[in-house]
Amino acid sequence: MAMLTFEKKYRVPGGTLLGGDLFDYWVGPFYVGFFGITAAFFSILGTALIIYGASQGTTWNIWQINIVPPDVSYGLGFAPMAKGGLWQVITICALGAFVSWALREVEISRKLGIGLHVPFAFSFAIFAYFSLEVIRPILMGAWGVAFPYGIMSHLDWVSNTGYQYLNFEYNPAHMIAVTLFFTTTFALALHGSLVLSALNPAQGEEVKTAEHEDTFFRDFIGYSIGTLGIHRLGLFLALAAVFFSAVCIIISGPFWTAGWPEWWSWWLNMPIWSGVH
Amino acid sequence: MSEYQNIFTRVQIRGPLHAGPPVTGSIFQREGKPFYSYLMGIIGNAQVGPLYLGSLGVASLISGFIAIEIIGLNMWASVGWNPILFIRDLPWLALEPPAPAYGLRIPPLNQGGWWLMAGFFLTAAMVLWFFRMYRRARQLGLGTHMAWAWGAAIWLYFVLGFLRPLLMGSWGEAPPFGIFPHLDWTVSFSLRYGNLYYDPFHMLSIVFLYGSVLLFAMHAATILAVSRFGGEKEVEQSVDRGTASERAALFWRWTMGFNATMESIHRWAWWFAVLTPLTGGIGILLTGTVTDNWFLWAVKHGVAPHYAPIFSHAVDPATLQGGKP
Repeated sequence: MAMLTFEKKYRVPGGTLLGGDLFDYWVGPFYVGFFGITAAFFSILGTALIIYGASQGTTWNIWQINIVPPDVSYGLGFAPMAKGGLWQVITICALGAFVSWALREVEISRKLGIGLHVPFAFSFAIFAYFSLEVIRPILMGAWGVAFPYGIMSHLDWVSNTGYQYLNFEYNPAHMIAVTLFFTTTFALALHGSLVLSALNPAQGEEVKTAEHEDTFFRDFIGYSIGTLGIHRLGLFLALAAVFFSAVCIIISGPFWTAGWPEWWSWWLNMPIWSGVH
Repeated sequence: MSEYQNIFTRVQIRGPLHAGPPVTGSIFQREGKPFYSYLMGIIGNAQVGPLYLGSLGVASLISGFIAIEIIGLNMWASVGWNPILFIRDLPWLALEPPAPAYGLRIPPLNQGGWWLMAGFFLTAAMVLWFFRMYRRARQLGLGTHMAWAWGAAIWLYFVLGFLRPLLMGSWGEAPPFGIFPHLDWTVSFSLRYGNLYYDPFHMLSIVFLYGSVLLFAMHAATILAVSRFGGEKEVEQSVDRGTASERAALFWRWTMGFNATMESIHRWAWWFAVLTPLTGGIGILLTGTVTDNWFLWAVKHGVAPHYAPIFSHAVDPATLQGGKP
């Protein structure tokens, strides 16, 4: 059931981090493992709490459902369930589920005898979430500055938080992050295109090789990074984008409280051009 | 386990440099003598060059150079040709489009005429680059996927700088050239039309942008993880599946119950990347032409909640001019 033709020979015991062979099995296509159990526990509990939170709210409109963190007056303390406590438990569940998922990826990688790049990459996403919901609120002294759980409400949070710093696009780390997001997407388009163009040449042509890909890119920009290098570059760009996103929000508030356009006055006030008019 | 994750190339091979097949049917040849770079070889191929420009490449670079010159010289002129002020103020300097009063007419050079000309040459450079990519792919016997992906980027630029101003009846609607000025334009554009976060096509574009970054992280990490089995040989693995492909597929099947194939992951990649500017361009094109205020649009369609007014009732200035959500 649910097995690919070549799958059976790969379904071998071993590679687990915890629990030995107790949870070393599959359910349908999914590998379980100890962290599969914890991931299921946290995600089912968290989702149920979100649905419960929605039932206590004013709407079932999927866009407008909103589960808010505690008011800033609660500081870093626990809030009653109906007043943000729910948000706090859901956040714990989310982090539990994300970390379980990453560790489950480690177990699967070990079982397949492959590198740990995917869980390493996923840990950057967890770090970004942790920055928004835990690190920055702790530095700011209140859970209330974290973002709420809701489709439109989290967009409103981004808008409102951005405008607190007048124009968030002047945040230097935000600039680097956005540049990296665009660059990663650009590089992904180039990589996807190149492989597809080698595999799907003009009608009647044979499938091309990595040598053709290299020749195309050398003709194109004078350098071809190669089949291995593009994946190193892509992973670096993507992870750097996520990392600088985390940086740009952590510094907003804890380390810079004015408008971000004002931050650039250090450049204008450098002594090398004092006296220039 | 941790000693071999293939982050850097540890042993570099030095064989004969690869010159590529001869160029036929062109008076241009490949430029430059290829050489080895040790630093490049640490992360990717060590060979640098040669480069093929061809007539389209030369024409594209000349057009791009003219555009950059027009922008740069106008910025320099705006600080009275003072070289120090030019460097100091560069992030704030702009080449602005014509004032709204000019509509779609051609204004004097220093009233936005230079802006029109810079936009024309930048567009020409991008379109020539498209044909260069197309012709290069065909001459090397490859598919033309990259040219069409580039076309999606041209679409977004074309909407911002030409199509939407045309529909709005004024070049002044277009963004300026300049580092901080184009950011200011973006923010004021969003505010003017009731917050672009409520624009459904902006939502889609962001989803594809973040999705592209997520996909590249997932794909690149997977290929590096199976590179010990030769997984980076993606074309070979696509036509003749090896254990690298099988392990890559099973990793995701066991993790999330679904997997792509070595070829199809690149189709996912291509579509996610291409749909980012494609949907983004649609979102821009509808703003101000079809919808005056995305927040009011979202309230009308039940996407955004209707907030009870806290302060005395404020009238949206846009509605006074006959605008509607």
